[in-house]
Amino acid sequence: MRMVRFTPRFWISAGVFLLVAAFALLGPIFVGDKLGEGVGGLYDPPSGAAWLGTDDLGHDIFTNLVFGTRTSLIIGLVAGAVATVIGVVLGLIAGYHGGVVEEALMGITNVALAIPGIVVLILLSVALDFRSIVAMAIVIAITSWPWTARAVRAQASSVKTREHLDVARLSGASTLNILLWDVLPYLMSYICMAFVLQVSSAILAEAGLSLLGLGPSDSVSLGIMLNWALVGESVRTGAWWAFVPPTLLLTFVAFTLLMLQSSLDEVFNPRLRRGRQRAGRPASVLTQVGAPAVDARSKEGSPGA
Amino acid sequence: MSAPLLTASGLTRVFGHGRNAVHAVDDVSFTLGRQEVVTIVGESGSGKSTLARLVLRLLDPTAGTLALDGRDITALKGSALRAYWRDVQAVFQDPFSAFNQFFTVRRLLARSLRLSGATEDRGEALMGQALDHVGLSARDVLDKWPHQLSGGQRQRVMIARALMLQPRVLVADEATSMLDASLRANILNVLGDLRRDYDMTILFITHDIGQACYVSDRVLVMCQGRLVEQGPTDEVIFNPRHEYTQRLLADVPRLHDTTLG
Repeated sequence: MRMVRFTPRFWISAGVFLLVAAFALLGPIFVGDKLGEGVGGLYDPPSGAAWLGTDDLGHDIFTNLVFGTRTSLIIGLVAGAVATVIGVVLGLIAGYHGGVVEEALMGITNVALAIPGIVVLILLSVALDFRSIVAMAIVIAITSWPWTARAVRAQASSVKTREHLDVARLSGASTLNILLWDVLPYLMSYICMAFVLQVSSAILAEAGLSLLGLGPSDSVSLGIMLNWALVGESVRTGAWWAFVPPTLLLTFVAFTLLMLQSSLDEVFNPRLRRGRQRAGRPASVLTQVGAPAVDARSKEGSPGA
Repeated sequence: MSAPLLTASGLTRVFGHGRNAVHAVDDVSFTLGRQEVVTIVGESGSGKSTLARLVLRLLDPTAGTLALDGRDITALKGSALRAYWRDVQAVFQDPFSAFNQFFTVRRLLARSLRLSGATEDRGEALMGQALDHVGLSARDVLDKWPHQLSGGQRQRVMIARALMLQPRVLVADEATSMLDASLRANILNVLGDLRRDYDMTILFITHDIGQACYVSDRVLVMCQGRLVEQGPTDEVIFNPRHEYTQRLLADVPRLHDTTLG
């Protein structure tokens, strides 16, 4: 029954993401360790020696791009993981426990949601003297867990109505055991999707902060490259190679992750699946256009039958 | 009859507060005698399932006390509560949602067995025995996933699960209402055998007064959280005193009236 069938969309987006990751991880083998070394003059245009030209300090932009992607991905993955863990733990406890615990935890979550994330991000970043990559990731995670917590709580409280939790309790299972083995597996698909979204928004959040000059110290990220391009007035001097590559790469990564998330939605929720089955039945398309109300009703009716 | 096995007195459970308060179970008192089969009937929303959950200690009562064998078990916690669940087990209504779909039958049963503290070999034997008793073969079902079993098989696995622990009280909360008619009779007979073979007391909960009549020694009638009538099955069925019981009985389709009438 719960057969997970991966769709082409999933394979394509996962493949593209892996390509980007490979670019960041294996790139140094090809570009060598030229990070921070001057290889040319101020804003040299792209050439055979420097494929994407040089930046305002004469550093190779392609090298920056490789290491910057690596930093951005690490921050995205760490921040996404931390935010997902916080969100899942709080959401699970709130949803499973109910009552006062739920009210309290969701109160905290809503307060955290109501505070504008960007303000907290900026304040926390300013407060840290030295911002390591991990510190950046944690700062971003602190502002982004509430959405996951809310989604997980909603899912957990719907799983809670299932009788298998009563059976588990009657079998003497502890609360932790029940949360881990009886509730969590039912939420795994949601958690996967939430994680992918968190990674994508964390990468963008890092870029935003870094653009403002609040990025990780002593390293290069896609956002920091944008910050350098901005400070070095590359736009005014027409040095497009300083800001176009990081911008494109950021957009590309974010787009790929969003596509991965929506394809996961299709994988876990077969009713959203598109493609062959639909295309083979033009009649149902006609019905949908002609009588949307009837179709909607019949769809709602089907799971109960 | 000697001293009752399970005594509930003044059990009350209120959901919500103030003006939204719902008295799901309101001052219900009853006893279960040893080896007795007692049925609670009532329409949906009458509080029978809440009562079952109170008896099972899955839900804490707002007021009232429960006693097993004369021992107050209303406030049990932790390991004492686990010990109580060795004596009192349940079979639930929905054979689909009662299964964790990520567990095989073996894992489900093994988890319950930990309550009894049986060793692995002994556990394996107990599983086989219990499955055998409900007409399933251990070889066929132990390593199956829930979705590979039919509704009737699932419900029988659930009964086997409860059985394995050899509880003194079995609460069957609408245990047959999601099954088709032939299976229902089968399960009811299994429950009947249990009482005889395992010295088991059964609290049977149903909305179907016909089933109540078929299995039980005594019937308790619930209406809007209150116990409105109780007595030996024949007396309640053939000589109902409360107006609600009369209405419940009047709603049972009467084949004789329509076909022969």
